[in-house]
Amino acid sequence: MYSKEVMKHFQEPHNMGEIKNPDGIGKVGNPMCGDLMEVYIKVKKNIITDIKVKTFGCVAAIATSSMITDLAKGKSLEEAKKITRDQVAKSLKGLPKIKMHCSNLAAEGLYKAIENYQKKTK
Amino acid sequence: MKYKEVYLDNGATTKTDSKVLEVMKPWFCKNYGNSSSLHKKGIHSKETLEKSRSIIAKRINALPEEIIFTTGGSESNNLAIKGVAQIHKTGHIITSKIEHPSVIETCKFLRKQGFEITFLDVNKDGFINLKQLENSITKRTILVTIMHANNEIGTIQPIEKIGKLCKEKQVLFHTDAVQSFTKEKIDVKKANIDLMSLSAHKIHGPKGVGALYKKKSVNIEKQIHGGHQEQNLRAGTENIAGIVGFTKAVQLAKEEHIKKMTELRDMLISNIQQEIPDTKLNGSREKRLCNNVNISFKYVEGEGVLIHLDLKGIAVSTGSACSSQNLKPSHVLMAIGLRHDIAHGSLRFTLSRFTTKKDIDYVVKNLKEIIKNLRKISPLQKNYKYSVGVKDKSYW
Repeated sequence: MYSKEVMKHFQEPHNMGEIKNPDGIGKVGNPMCGDLMEVYIKVKKNIITDIKVKTFGCVAAIATSSMITDLAKGKSLEEAKKITRDQVAKSLKGLPKIKMHCSNLAAEGLYKAIENYQKKTK
Repeated sequence: MKYKEVYLDNGATTKTDSKVLEVMKPWFCKNYGNSSSLHKKGIHSKETLEKSRSIIAKRINALPEEIIFTTGGSESNNLAIKGVAQIHKTGHIITSKIEHPSVIETCKFLRKQGFEITFLDVNKDGFINLKQLENSITKRTILVTIMHANNEIGTIQPIEKIGKLCKEKQVLFHTDAVQSFTKEKIDVKKANIDLMSLSAHKIHGPKGVGALYKKKSVNIEKQIHGGHQEQNLRAGTENIAGIVGFTKAVQLAKEEHIKKMTELRDMLISNIQQEIPDTKLNGSREKRLCNNVNISFKYVEGEGVLIHLDLKGIAVSTGSACSSQNLKPSHVLMAIGLRHDIAHGSLRFTLSRFTTKKDIDYVVKNLKEIIKNLRKISPLQKNYKYSVGVKDKSYW
């Protein structure tokens, strides 16, 4: 059902946990739907220097959380905001169709974390 | 890396006992006669068919002619419910909110055909309320269909009390006993059961064969038209190999297996509760199927746990929406009033007579580790403020 890449990230997800005193936090999903993500970022000179995620959810939710941290780390805020769900899914060599919408929340979580940071620094 | 293989999904299906397979073998290439044929091969099949029928009938205290062989539980449920409905042409059917889909969907289909359907509520342990059942029976009621043991949470309904009530009210009583057959003693006469569905592949028999018990005096309309097989109630050449296998599986199921499974079930429950904090046993603790354990692990999601266990060679199932095709949580877990996030964290372990103490130890050891790791990365914890979701009532 899941690609090898998904399984790899699911088994050993990257950058899991939270950042103390983060510059931005993005929360997406709802435990009622079975998926909940919290994305924490550290920003220095417009660059995401650190990113961590906490995830409650299925295999796809955990794998996409892990993937988004790989995709976002070291990127400028503008670049990171452009990361889409489809890109996350593609980087994971595809997700089951049924999981594309419900569990693929990571890009949204990252976007919200960046927005949260930008609001604070405005 | 090679892992130990532990199969705890016997509620889904079981391995065919090798002794069952052995007795089935001659019925493919050697004894392949059609039981309706008049030659030796046909007669041999016919005799075997009838012998099988009496063995299965005896197990539930029925008459041989009260057993109709089918392709399994789903067909038996369809035949019983539609069969009664079509004889009456109109009327009211009572069932529960935690039935197997082959009962719920059949009832919903009949509702579209103009029948009135009542889906009874269940309490937090999964029991129907007998008073509610009694109050629901009207002059129009033609059938009560309540499962014996629930496939997900293992709760065993008081079928003898239901049967007694139905008899008093002169309403037919059908029970889906697919999960409980050979795991609970069933006496159709004592329990006043009019119709009962059985399946072979849940008891180490082959897939694709089952039976419907139908009390002699009860009339049903056939659902598969054709030849006059099975008392003219189910057309189609009998699956002799399957029926022979089914019969052997019934004979191999012994009372001592119930005791063994019960002990291991209790051990699994108590070891999980001792080793892992924040769990919830779903279903009744006392009136529970001897091989069923259904536990919610708070703050984690079931599919993730299931896949981690699978990577360790352990097969289980989950009621989490994330693993279902429609992304809805199990209707059974919703009916017992579980909060969505707790339903998401549910796992079902179903044992068999082949399960060992070593298997249980291996499962608990791995489970402990997996839950710990998944909780570490979960944003949910004890004091998380849950937003209240809208209860989905569309299912029924």
